[in-house]
Amino acid sequence: MSGSPAEPAPAGMPPVGAPAEADEARPWRARLVRFGLPLLALALGCVAWELVVWVYAVPAYQLPSPLAVATTLVEDRALLFGSLLVTLETTAYGFALAVLGGAGLAILFSQSRLLETMLYPYAVILQVTPVVAVAPLLLIWLPQPVAVLACAWIVAFFPMLANTTLGLHSVDHNLSDLFALYGASRLQRLVRLQLPAALPMMLAGARIAGGLSLVGAVVAEIAAGSAGAGSGLAYRIAESSYRLNVPRMFAALILLSVAGMAVFGLLSLASWLILRRWHESALSRGP
Amino acid sequence: MSSPAVVALRAVTKAFPNGTRALDGLDLTVRRGEFLSLLGPSGCGKSTALRLIAGLSRPSGGAVVWGDGAPKAAPARGDLGVVFQEPTLMPWASVAANVRLPLQLTRRADVAEPRVRAALARVGLDGFAEAYPRELSGGMKMRVAIARALVTDPALLLMDEPFAALDEITRFRLDNALLGLWQELGKTVVFVTHSVFEAVYLSTRIVVMTPRPGRVAADIAIDAPFPRSETFRTSAEFAALCRTVGGALADAMGETFA
Repeated sequence: MSGSPAEPAPAGMPPVGAPAEADEARPWRARLVRFGLPLLALALGCVAWELVVWVYAVPAYQLPSPLAVATTLVEDRALLFGSLLVTLETTAYGFALAVLGGAGLAILFSQSRLLETMLYPYAVILQVTPVVAVAPLLLIWLPQPVAVLACAWIVAFFPMLANTTLGLHSVDHNLSDLFALYGASRLQRLVRLQLPAALPMMLAGARIAGGLSLVGAVVAEIAAGSAGAGSGLAYRIAESSYRLNVPRMFAALILLSVAGMAVFGLLSLASWLILRRWHESALSRGP
Repeated sequence: MSSPAVVALRAVTKAFPNGTRALDGLDLTVRRGEFLSLLGPSGCGKSTALRLIAGLSRPSGGAVVWGDGAPKAAPARGDLGVVFQEPTLMPWASVAANVRLPLQLTRRADVAEPRVRAALARVGLDGFAEAYPRELSGGMKMRVAIARALVTDPALLLMDEPFAALDEITRFRLDNALLGLWQELGKTVVFVTHSVFEAVYLSTRIVVMTPRPGRVAADIAIDAPFPRSETFRTSAEFAALCRTVGGALADAMGETFA
């Protein structure tokens, strides 16, 4: 083939980034629409909210005005951000353990059908039992920080396990034949074929697990309630609710939402960075 | 044909669990250095025969015999190259990494780099080592698959309708490239196709198969000299050969429908 001229360049190749051209032509307007509109909605909502509170003179323990919430956010910043860090730390540990445990168990299952048949039903039971119902029991058994971490882990674990299992099973049959042809060992097959093929599913699982880990941490902190010695954001919410400090509840709630969005955003970014060279999901225009 | 046998199928039968008898008493000898095409309609077991030779499935009856039949005549890993119907590339790996795979799996990674470069140069893809499969056209992906099959320097190359999904222009170009490689490297090729024209253009011998169950219906030597080119493709000799082979194929199909 050395002499044959190269084929007319990649006929079937959709120019990468083609769908983005529409955006690139008017980047300023596109960006304004994508980020500006939601922010505009937020601003309008806050103004309406502020007006309602002001016009009807709603007391702060029923509905604090946005300004009051913002003031609390600034005044209580040391307390609230300290709590945010505690919750985020739990979330991060729960997530890391879920990724390691879920992916690890899925890999074990892929190597031993026997083990999978034996244990998979219990993984499902762990998933379908509401974590709110399990939390009090864990709080009796375990020191509170460990119990909270365990709850975060329980809810985040299953999506990782399920997605990795599915990913490891969805290997292209011809590629599998090719590995058989060259006498690939189990380890070679796992490392060079199954894990890379499973990666997109694993990253999708991780994105779900990150959000759920936060949910698990919050649920456990709430379950621990005022009896707990914790200091996470959800604990602040419970505590503020007993003291009828509603502005602080709102402030903590806002921080939790922002934390959830940040976790999702970070994991989406990581997923995009890892897959951008080859996977369709990262190549087609994202959100 | 007097060259020694590379591999022979002896009265091979293949039945699948669902009851389909894909092959029934297939006798076929592949001789060293030949370009053998298996020609037949879909479902005649051509691909099944190829998978049996590749060792990807086992015959239900009969035997696959290598070389002179001595036990150690069976091919070592990497003595066989296979090109599938689809390019079957790892989408997560660069072109070079895809071509390197057989060397890594057979633990010869130490000699990989020069071999990978040579294989890519041979299929005319020098500049594409770092590209990813999705950035390539269908024809280029197929070239990568051929480079990957050649990288272990196998004696026998098995090709399962490799160009069936490509447009005709690309297909002709790859046919020519493949013939060039075959002449240059002196490999034995078993090529599965359902195109009479492609089979006649490429082969030194064509085995026509009957559908369900697959058996040999005709064994036709194509003696036209090499190198073959567009001149051959448009010659009266080519047309006559196509008529003969096409007739044999029609007979093979007629037998089962009658």
